[in-house]
Formats: sequence, structure tokens, C-alpha cells
Amino acid sequence: MEFLSYLINGISLGSVFAIIALGYTMVYGIAKMLNFAHGDVIMVGSYVVFVSVNSMELPTVVSVLLSIVVCIVLGVVIEGIAYKPLRQAPKLAVLITAIGVSYFLQNVALLIFGADTKSFQSVVKADPITFAGGQVVVSVETIVTIAACIIIVLALSYFMKHSKMGRAMLAVSEDSGAAQLMGINVNRTITVTFAIGSGLAAIAGVLLCSAYPALTPYTGSMPGIKAFVAAVFGGIGSIPGALIGGILLGIIEIMGKAYISSQLADAIVFGVLIVVLIVKPTGLLGKQIQEKV
Amino acid sequence: MNMIKSMSKTTKNNAITYAMVIIAFAVVQTMVMTGNITSLMNGLLVPLCTYVILAISLNLTVGILGELSLGHAGFMCVGAFSSSIFSQLTVDVITTGWMRFSLAIILGAIMAGLFGFLVGIPVLRLKGDYLAIVTLAFGEIVKNVINAIYVGIDEAGVHFSLQDVTSLGLSETGLVLIKGPRGITGTPKDSTFVIGVILIIITLIVILNLMNSRTGRAIMSIRDNRIAAESVGINITKYKLLAFAISAALAGVAGALYAHNLSTLTALPKNFGYNMSIMILVFVVLGGIGNIRGSIIAAVVLTLIPELLRSLNDYRMLMYAIVLIVTMICTWSPKIKELRERYSLQNWIQKKKHAKEVV
Repeated sequence: MEFLSYLINGISLGSVFAIIALGYTMVYGIAKMLNFAHGDVIMVGSYVVFVSVNSMELPTVVSVLLSIVVCIVLGVVIEGIAYKPLRQAPKLAVLITAIGVSYFLQNVALLIFGADTKSFQSVVKADPITFAGGQVVVSVETIVTIAACIIIVLALSYFMKHSKMGRAMLAVSEDSGAAQLMGINVNRTITVTFAIGSGLAAIAGVLLCSAYPALTPYTGSMPGIKAFVAAVFGGIGSIPGALIGGILLGIIEIMGKAYISSQLADAIVFGVLIVVLIVKPTGLLGKQIQEKV
Repeated sequence: MNMIKSMSKTTKNNAITYAMVIIAFAVVQTMVMTGNITSLMNGLLVPLCTYVILAISLNLTVGILGELSLGHAGFMCVGAFSSSIFSQLTVDVITTGWMRFSLAIILGAIMAGLFGFLVGIPVLRLKGDYLAIVTLAFGEIVKNVINAIYVGIDEAGVHFSLQDVTSLGLSETGLVLIKGPRGITGTPKDSTFVIGVILIIITLIVILNLMNSRTGRAIMSIRDNRIAAESVGINITKYKLLAFAISAALAGVAGALYAHNLSTLTALPKNFGYNMSIMILVFVVLGGIGNIRGSIIAAVVLTLIPELLRSLNDYRMLMYAIVLIVTMICTWSPKIKELRERYSLQNWIQKKKHAKEVV
């Protein structure tokens, strides 16, 4: 029974990783860049909810929506100011800019909110549910997180397959030059991708801080890195890959903490990643690209 | 004068790099001797040397081999801890300070190089961002493992534990080497600014000579076109591994220098985590990828900026972030490039010349 509750916790943490990883994967697939600042957008989203619930006393739903809107605007602004001028620049230059943006967001948060840990109030207020005669206790946050993840993945898959914008995104990720020739506005597609990714980051931030209620300016950076690992794990650029990678990573982390060593949990997560990449160099669901001369 | 003219372009370039380091050293050393330096700056000299060595060695992987590595701090960590353990064990046996320290540095370099080699075998099969993420993972694993283990030694041999010091079961004469998250304490403080600069020059000699050798050209040909290099018979794996291992070994040297400057060595995210790896990468990219002199200048300037901005207090890291973003945009944005070309001094002079010729 212990195992079952660890498994459920793992899936829940994995769902958060998966939501963050979706943002990473979409941006990577379409703009071909590693958005290192993605983790810090999560942190911004969490602070928005924290402020709007605690200081402005807005209802929970409104504050979550507000957080999503703020993050979308932030994502679009970051993309427009910092990444758009670097479309033709080498990958490393864009990576360094993303790192700069990440430092920037962290330090702005540090200036506004200080370095002390804020205790985040969970956005879902309900008693935990018990199963199997009180042996398995599942918090409502866990259920909401898993449900949110499923809804997001389904909605995103539908959007990518059936909407005009989604298909434009697929086209740009396949071959942006050809997409442009077919009349797709590549710049606008990339902006929309950033908007969606940042919106997802806001949701992930709220869920993450509801489950682990300590909020600091650096809250986003480790989950950001882990989600990046999850995206690579599942095959970067693939939506189902991000889901599978995220959930597997969450389960491995919680199981590692519970059964092996709580201090070595991160090492185990990264170790598994290395093994997977050695066996399958493009991740679990990644496309094998034939190299041409 | 004739001699300078007859020198090849690379020799001249390298001579400038060496001269720059030596002149900077002479200036700073005079300042130290005459006491014209603040204690803050004095404490910063050895870390500065560490960062310069790290930046130069990472440039070998990123600039010359052309692979993105985000785990350089991991190799530094290996070098720091192995050299530190060596110094602790031999502090009574080898009493000559410089001899013990040089052996410690060599051991640190060998251990880090060995790790680089072992990690390189599987990792270098991957490409681009996948390689980056695996090196990042490696760096985090090293930091994490060192934070979790306890190591002690006594007559019976080496003891390991994952719990605490008492569970090591050491005899009374035993010595605790690594105390989990509290790291290593009591490393002799052997690092000095002079040794740091000597190590920088050794690093420069290794890298600059490698770049201009047959091996270096083979490595660069892999960077420029892997398939073409393979087709003319260059052993890709061998040269990639070689470059990666040398780069790791030099990071180990930097680690040894770093470790022997501190009385307590702990594997914090701040000094051995991915943040550190990224900081070194920032030095390399801002200094110019593949440009060794640029790496040195960037490492020095970017370490000094936050320190000089100390009066700005909370705003200094913000300024640092803005400097990073603005530099990258100013270097690569097509619009700004165009502006720069239109208003550049060179262009202006050429136009004047042209105007004169027409008249």
C-alpha cells in the first residue's frame, strides 16, 4: 500500500514536470532554442498567485487566471525583446541570452519579494481522500494536478492536429523555410508558441507550489531543469514524449527518495537520463534523423 | 623589428596573449607588494585565476571541439575533491609545501581527465543539445553524490557510508575525509596568486600549442565538418575524446587551485552546480567562442563587474543579467549589425579616402 501512495505521488509530481516539459518541447520544436528562462516564468506565475490571493484577496480562480495572463504577456514580451532579434544568430548566443533572461527574472523577483521563503497557500481547499480503508491517502492537490495534466495534453494534441495555428506550428517545426513559402507567418507562430508555453508554465507553477508550498525567487530553476531533462528523456519536440518523460521522471524521483536515498534522488534521476540517452540517443519517442552530407 | 615582422600571425597572436597575462600579473603583483590593493580584491585574486583556467579549458570543448558542455563544474569538482583528499592524507608525509601541492594538482588533473575520458566515451556519441543535457546531468550527479557520501580511512582501509560519520565505523586513529554535505575541512591553504598565474600560463601553453598542432587541426576539422573530416581518415572518436579529456583535466587543475584556497570545501550548487558551469560558459561565449584571449578577458571582467558594483548592492546581479542580454543582442541582432556597419569608424575613414581619390 505504501508503494501505491508513492506511485500516486510520483505521477502527480511527474504531471507537473510534464506540463513544464510541454512548454520546453514546443518552444524547442518550433523555435529550435533551449528556453532556459522557462523555469523562471513558473516562479513569476507563482508569485502572481501569491500576491493576488494574499494581498489583493482575489478569489482563487480569478488569481490563477490572472497569473496565466501575466505569464503569457511576459512570455511574449521576453520573446519579442530578447529572442526575436537573435533569430539568425548561432544557437549558443540565444542560449546565453536565455540564461541572461533567467538571471534577470530571478533578480527582479529578489528585489521585489526578498530572498525569504514565502509559504504558498494551496489553491485547492478540500480534505484529502482516503482509499482502501484509510491505507492510501491522496490529497486533492494530487488529483487536481493529474487531471490538469491530462486535460492539457488532450487539449494541446487536439489543438495541434485540428486548428489552423496548430498545423502551422507543426509545419514550422518541420521546415520553417518551406512553411514561410507556403504563406505561414513564422514570426507570429513562434510568438504564439511562446504564449502557450508561458501559459502552461503559469499553471505548472500554481500546481507545483500547491503541492510544495515554499516559494522563493529560485523556486522555478530546479523544476525547470528537471522538466528539461524530462523533455529530452521523452524525445525533445514531441508532445506525448514530454508527457511520458515527465511522468517517468516524477515516479523515478519519488521512488528513489523513498527506497534508495533522499539525498541521491537527483543523482538517480540524472543517471537514468544518461542511460536512456546512451541506449536511445534521441530520447524515448524522438525522431531518428538521418544525417546527410 | 624584423623579427616581429617575420613571425607568423598565430605566433604573434599567441605572444600577445602571453604578454597580456604577464603584464597583468606584474601590475597586480606590484600593487600587492606596495599594499595598494583592498583586502576584498586580494581575496579575489586566486578565484580569478581559477575562473580564467576554467574559461580557457571550456573553450577547448566549446570553441575548438565545437560541442556544448554544461557540466564543466563537475570536472572541477572531481579535481577539487581528489586533490584535497590527497593533500590531507600526505600533509604529514610530504612537508615541502610546493611539492605536495604540485602532486595534488597533478592528481586532480589526472582524476578529472579520467572522468572526462569515461564520461566522454558514451556522451560524445550524442549530438548538440543532447550532449549538453548529459554533461549537465553528469555535473549534477557528481555534486549530488559528494553531498551524500561520507568517506573515512583507517588501518583497515577506506570506509564509505550514506548516513553519517558514526556509521563509518572508524577506529580511533581513523580520519574522516568527506563529511557529506559538510564536505572536506582542513585542506592546507597552498594556493597563492603566483601559483595561480603559473597555472594559467601552463594552461595557455597546453591549449595554444594544441591548437596549432596536427592534433588541434584534426579537432578543428571535426568541428567544421564532421563527415568531411571522417572521409579524409581522421579518427573522430579518438580526437573528440582527447579534446574532452584534456579540457576536463585542466578543469581539474582549476579545481585543485580552488580547493586549496578554502579551509572548508563543500559541494554547493553555487560552486559546483550547473550555475557554475553556465557561468563559465558565459565567459567563453562573451569572450568569443574559440578565442582564448577573449576568454581570459571575459573571465576577469565578468568576475570583477559584480564586485565593483558592490555599492549597487541588490542591483548588481540585475545589472549583470542586463549586460549579458544587451551584449548578445548588440552582437547578433541584424538591425544593430547594419547600424554598426553604417556608422563604424573604418567605414567613415574609407569614405573620406574615397572622396579624396575622386577629387
